Parts: sequence; structure tokens; C-alpha cells
Amino acid sequence: MSATQTVGTESGRSVSAPVNYLNHDKSIKGWLYTVDHKRIGLMYLATVSIAFLVAGLLALAVRTELFSQGRTIMDADTYNQFFSLHGIMMVFLFIIPSIPAALGNFVMPIQIGAKDVAFPRLNLASYYIFVIGGVLAVTGILVGQIDTGWTFYTPYSSRLGAPVLFLTSAVFIAGFSSILTGLNFIVTIHKMRAPGLTWNRLPLFVWSIYATSIVQVLATPVIGITMVLLFMEKALQIGIFDPALGGDPVLFQHFFWFYSHPAVYIMILPAFGIISDLIGTFSRHEVQGYKFVALSSVAIAFLGFLVWGHHMFVSGQSVVSSIIFSLLTYLIGIPTGVKVLNWVGTMYKGSISLQTPMLYALSFLILFTIGGLTGVMLGVLSVDVHLHDTYFVVAHFHYVMMGGTVIAALGGLHYWWPKMTGKMYNETNGRIAAVLIFIGFNVTFFTQFIMGSKGMPRRYYDYLPEFEIYHMISTIGSFLLAIGLFMAAGGLIASFWRGKKATSNPWKSLTLEWTHTTSPPDPHNFHHTPIVTRGPYDYHLAPEIFGEPGGDGAVVSAQPDTDPVQQ
Amino acid sequence: MGDKGTFWLPESGSTLSPGLDSLFYFTYWISVVIFVAVTVAVIVFAIKYRRRNDSDIPPIVHENKLLETAWIVVPTILVLIVFTWGFRSFLKLHSPPANAYEIQVTAKQWLWDYTYPNGKTSTGDLVVPVDRPVRLVMTSTDVLHSFFVPAFRVKQDVVPNRYSSVWFEATGQGEYHILCTEYCGTQHSGMLGSVIVQSAEDFDAWLQSGVEDMAPAEYGALLYTQQNCNVCHSVDGTRLVGPTLLGLFGRQTTFTDGTTAVADENYIMESIVNPMAKIVEGYPPGMPTIYSSFDSDQLNALVAFIKEQQ
Repeated sequence: MSATQTVGTESGRSVSAPVNYLNHDKSIKGWLYTVDHKRIGLMYLATVSIAFLVAGLLALAVRTELFSQGRTIMDADTYNQFFSLHGIMMVFLFIIPSIPAALGNFVMPIQIGAKDVAFPRLNLASYYIFVIGGVLAVTGILVGQIDTGWTFYTPYSSRLGAPVLFLTSAVFIAGFSSILTGLNFIVTIHKMRAPGLTWNRLPLFVWSIYATSIVQVLATPVIGITMVLLFMEKALQIGIFDPALGGDPVLFQHFFWFYSHPAVYIMILPAFGIISDLIGTFSRHEVQGYKFVALSSVAIAFLGFLVWGHHMFVSGQSVVSSIIFSLLTYLIGIPTGVKVLNWVGTMYKGSISLQTPMLYALSFLILFTIGGLTGVMLGVLSVDVHLHDTYFVVAHFHYVMMGGTVIAALGGLHYWWPKMTGKMYNETNGRIAAVLIFIGFNVTFFTQFIMGSKGMPRRYYDYLPEFEIYHMISTIGSFLLAIGLFMAAGGLIASFWRGKKATSNPWKSLTLEWTHTTSPPDPHNFHHTPIVTRGPYDYHLAPEIFGEPGGDGAVVSAQPDTDPVQQ
Repeated sequence: MGDKGTFWLPESGSTLSPGLDSLFYFTYWISVVIFVAVTVAVIVFAIKYRRRNDSDIPPIVHENKLLETAWIVVPTILVLIVFTWGFRSFLKLHSPPANAYEIQVTAKQWLWDYTYPNGKTSTGDLVVPVDRPVRLVMTSTDVLHSFFVPAFRVKQDVVPNRYSSVWFEATGQGEYHILCTEYCGTQHSGMLGSVIVQSAEDFDAWLQSGVEDMAPAEYGALLYTQQNCNVCHSVDGTRLVGPTLLGLFGRQTTFTDGTTAVADENYIMESIVNPMAKIVEGYPPGMPTIYSSFDSDQLNALVAFIKEQQ
């Protein structure tokens, strides 16, 4: 980072900006003690990437075992521990913190024109709490050989003894990280927006982070309380969930899903935000139904608390509650479906550029539509009786969580990579990887829909001969998917050495992180507080982005592509 | 049996299947139409409105109120249709006919036990009469399980300390898979069974038949599969969760505490009724203690069967 970076100014001159948040303090201490939201965002990014890598390799091992009938590479107990560890790490250590804590931390404060989050020290504390919780959880799982799946259903999980106590404490601790980050972001978005940045001008990514933060603050205490109850049951032998002590195992499922269904929104809402920003930017169009998209996310954050029972149609809960939960599920599903139509509508008469981030956004539209429609099928009460706990469900949530959240996170990562690192990745490599991921993903998981509706139960170490062909195809797909992911990661990492220097606004976006900061940004983000006079996708009000006269005059660093980057 | 099912669904074997299959395919085809519409729109727009000039600024598109209202109202109507249909057939799944034949089911790691009204018991194989409603009253003695017969489109969790029930009316004679669909530990995927649908006469004859007239080793062979011993103990020398039964009788066996013993009748009986007493070196102490309830006839039969595995 020794070369200088230049920025255009209002008068068209260029000034050098040699200092950025990466090079101003290169010591280890400068990273470990940092309260800069950008550095904390990168530390989260590194941490969740490690979790994703480990949990992804476990998934490959699981798929390899399932390639053929009977024992392929491991015994049943190892298999059960592997899929449990895969699920627990992916959900709690990767997907939940991935977009809000990593990309949200880096991008959100700049997008609202703030120097940092409202409570920078609390932000650093959240990171360390997350790391401690994560390390404790993984240690507990490995030492205790936990094989309960990520749902920890009692009484199976009650029988494990001490390791469960360890794991529940870890989840309890990690929960505070989620709560504190949510709180921090809510205050930041309410109090620290730049002058002129009204709620109607917020980028949709900020709206989605806001909605996510509400869910984090309201839902996470419930999983904390559940963990305390599990702990008390074990330590004090009072019957809560364990039938051997007079407890009720179905009560645990209610508690678990009362958190974990809203947690699904913690995972998917930020993805909606990224997709809105990507489709708006790469279509150069205002996101259609902006207010609807923004406010429905917040509405979902609250209504998402009323549908947990749709995970329990065959658990033994009353028929009447199942019927009510099914109806509510549909009513909440509609706004989400309408969002998809809004995104497609945004592309209508736009100026669409199929660069890597947009390819991920289009993948998202297709995969998430499949995930959503199969969700509707699962919501049909009597059809769910047949499909529940089969691979149909496994495929459905991978389409939503991976086809939705992970694909959106990859799109967002490619989109903000030049801003984070100051380097451009190789575009051709990025596009090939995106296409390969799309193909590999569908080969892996679409076959799982078919075997699931034909009756293949989930969490099976071995299976009936008629399912072997589907498992083989699925396993081959998972390796294609892995190759795609490694290519994408390789392309990004290689940009550190080979990447061209990024201009401050390579995508010609209109949000503040592109128009008002250098790539990478200054340690304090802005030299002076930006003033906002237009919406996040108002391309017709921003001719200066294309080097033409006019615009709102508040833009400091907009520059045409031909602008020289070095002096 | 006969029919192999459709591309998406398995063969259909109960009176409940056709109704559920129509609902499945109704929802499926609506989903296909919506999916194709979205995908085609995405592809057409991506090609038709591709960026031709780097400084293109597209025109503002004014929102079309009619279109927006339509895409909120139409999906709402569709899901309400699907909901109502699903709700009605869900009630049917939960309303067994009053004259249903009742069988008690006990689930435990990792097998299914059935008790018929006349006291006859069976394990693994659930024998039922054709064309007659059957209601299963189920409970578990250990962890959660779930009773699933794909061909009948029925599934219900089986919970300890609580009764749950499921009903079906088989439409054709034959054999259908029973699968456990709630994760229950090491041999979850081995917790299989079969529904054997027989004609009313065959079923009555089966119900009245006993095991008294079988030779001990023959009865032992039946118990070996019925009680799912085969899930953990092979008879061909393959290593599964537990030691193989091949050549077990008379073998010098070493235990985890360092002692050794020759496997005789008493050792085999002790290992069945009190499996934690001696753990064979190199194997986990994982055998369930549920077999302590075997009566002497059953134990004699199993010992005789194991003696034959040389």
C-alpha cells in the first residue's frame, strides 16, 4: 500500500491520498486493539471465512460418504458428528454473522456517511465475544463428540451430559455478540446518518441491516434463555425438556424454533439488502417499490416471530395450532415473493451490466425463487406431512440459505472488494467461478428435491438402493460447487498481488462509500461530512458520476473511468 | 405394489395418497409456471436491456399501480386456495374412521415393536389387512423417533411419555418401507421396517399363528432380523457397530478390562440381557439394554441360532 491513491475533487483536480485505513498502522496491535469498524469488519470476514471453509470441507466429507450405499469413507458415528458440526458451524459461526457482522460492519457506517458505528469499543467487544463463543463451541463439539444435528432436539441431546453444558454455555456467550452488534447498528442508523440522508434515501442494504438488527436484539435472548433452562435441567435435575425427569421434549422444539425461525430472517434479510443494492447499481435503476422493499423487511422482522410452529406440523403439536401457523406462514411469504418481482421489475428498461456481482444477483433471483416456491409447497399442511424431515427440506433450506444468503454474500463481497482492498479482482475468473457455482449448486441440491419427495429421510448414514443414483449425482455436484468456490476465493486472494488498483468508484454506484471515499477508504472514512441530496439509485440526478456537469455538487471523488489513478 | 410412482413421488399405497398427490402436483405446476415466468423475464431483460454504452442513464420507469396490485392480489389468492386445500386434507389425515383397527407401536433405538389387540407381538414387520382402516397408537421408550411410510404419505413423530397416532387404509397387498425420520443416533438410518399388507383371511391366519411349532434355531433366525440384531451384528464376518456373530460360539474373546473368556451359551445369554457386563475389546459399549425383557424361549432360540453361525 505504498503507492499513492488519488481522488478527484469538485473542481476536477486530483489530490493524493496516501493514507488509508489499511496502511496507517500496520502493527499487530493496530489490528487487535482497533476500534475502526472497517478493520473489525475485515476481522469478522477472516473469521467467518475460516468457519465456512471448515464447515464446507465437512460437507464434502459427508457428501463423499453418501456417494455409494453402505460404508464409503467413515463409520456411522463419525458421519453423525460430521453433519452435526457442519450444520452448527455453518449456521451459528458463518451464516448468522456473515453479512451483518462482516459486510455490515464495513459498509453500513460509510453508506450512512458516519465516521464509525455509535459504540466502536462495544463493536470490538462483540467481535471478541463471538470469537470466544465460537472457540468454546467448537471445542465442546469436538471433545464431547456431539452428534445431535444443529437442532439439539431433546431428549437425545439431554443424554450427552457434560459436553452439552459446555456447548450451551458457548452458545449463550456467543449470543451476546449478536445482541450487542444489533444494538450498536440500530443506534448508529438512528443517530449518525449524514445531513440530508433521510430514511427514504437510505440504501436498501442499510434498511436490511436495520431490520436484521431488530431481530437480533429481540430473538437472541430466547436462545440464551433456552440454553439456561437446558443447563439448569442438567445441573439441578429439574424436569423441563427431558421426559425422564418429567419434562416435555416438544417444549424444547417450541423454544428452539421461536429463536431459530426469526434467525432464518437474520440470515436472509441482509441478503435482500445486498441484492437490492446490486440490482439497482448494475441496472442503473431505482429499485422498484423502494418503500415496499424497505418497510416489508422491517415488518417481516416482527411478523417472523409468529410462524415458528410450521417446523412442527408432525411433532405432535395440536392440529389447530398447525393450521394457524400454516396460514400465517403464507401471509408472511407474500411480501417476500413480491420483493422478487420488484427486483425483476428493476431490471425492466434498465442499463444492465453483467459483471461478476450482477451474475451473483441473477443467480440469487433464480435460486431464491426455487427456494421460496418449495417453501410454499412445504407450507401446505398435508403435503408437509409427506415431505417433512426428508431431503426435500434439506434441499429447500440450502436453496434459501446457500442459494440465497451465501450467493448474495459472494455478490456483495465481489462488489465491495475493490473498496475493502483497493484492488480489482480478475473479472473473467470471477464470472467463470460464478457460473460454475451456479451449476454445481443446482446439480448438488436439485437432485435432493427429487429424492426427498420420493421419501429419502435426512440425516441418514445409509439408504435404500433406489436412492443411490440421486446421491451420486448430488455428490458430483458438490465437488463442482467446491471447485467454483475455490476459484472465486482464489481470484479474490490473487488480486492482492496481481490486481489492478481500484478507482474510487469502479461500478459507478451512487452510494456514499463509492462517491465520497477513496479505495480503500481513509481511516476516518470522510474528510468532511457528506451532504446527501438524492436517493441511493437516482441515476438521473447524478450526471457527475459520468463526468458530465451537474449533479448535486456534494460529490467529492466521482471520477470517470479514464481518470488517472496515479501521479 | 406394481406402480413405481411418478417422477416426484413414490408409489401410492393408501387411500390418502391420491388426494395428497393431486395437491402436491397442483402446487408444483403453479410453482413451475411462476418460476419459468421469473426466469424468462430475468434472461430477456438481461439481454434486451444490456448496457450498450458505459455512460448510459436509462429512463425512469413510472410504477404501474395496476401491475403492482395484481402481483400482490394474484399470489395471495393462489396461496389461500392452496392453504384451504391443504387444511382440509390435513384434517382428513387427523380424522381416523371410528371403526379403525388399532395397533400399539413402541419405538426404541433402533427398532419398531407392534402389539395387536389379541396380544400378539411383532417387531420390524407391521402386518396389516388390506382395505381396512388401521390406526397406530405410538410411543417411544427413549428418544424422539418418527414413523414414516412414503407409499402411504403419512408421518408422525413418536415421543417418549406421550401417545401420538397415525392412520391409513392400505389399498393393495404388498410390502412397503417404514423409515424413521427423526434423528435418533448411531443407527438412525438402520431403523427400518416394513408394512406387510395381506388379504383379510391371510391376516387373520397370521394373527392366530404362534411360534411354538418352530425349531429354536429357525425362531432365532426370525428374531435376528425382527429385532434388528442384524443392524449391528453381521453373520458373514463383516464388521458393523458390534462384533460379528460368525464363529462367535466357542471363540476366545478379549474384553476391555483385559480379561478373556470363551464364548459359551452363558456368555451369549449374558451379552443379550446385560450387554454392559462385558465389552469386547475394540468395540464401543453401545448395545441397548432393551433385550433384557426376552423370555427364555426367545433366548434359547437366539443362542441356538448363534451356535449355528460357524
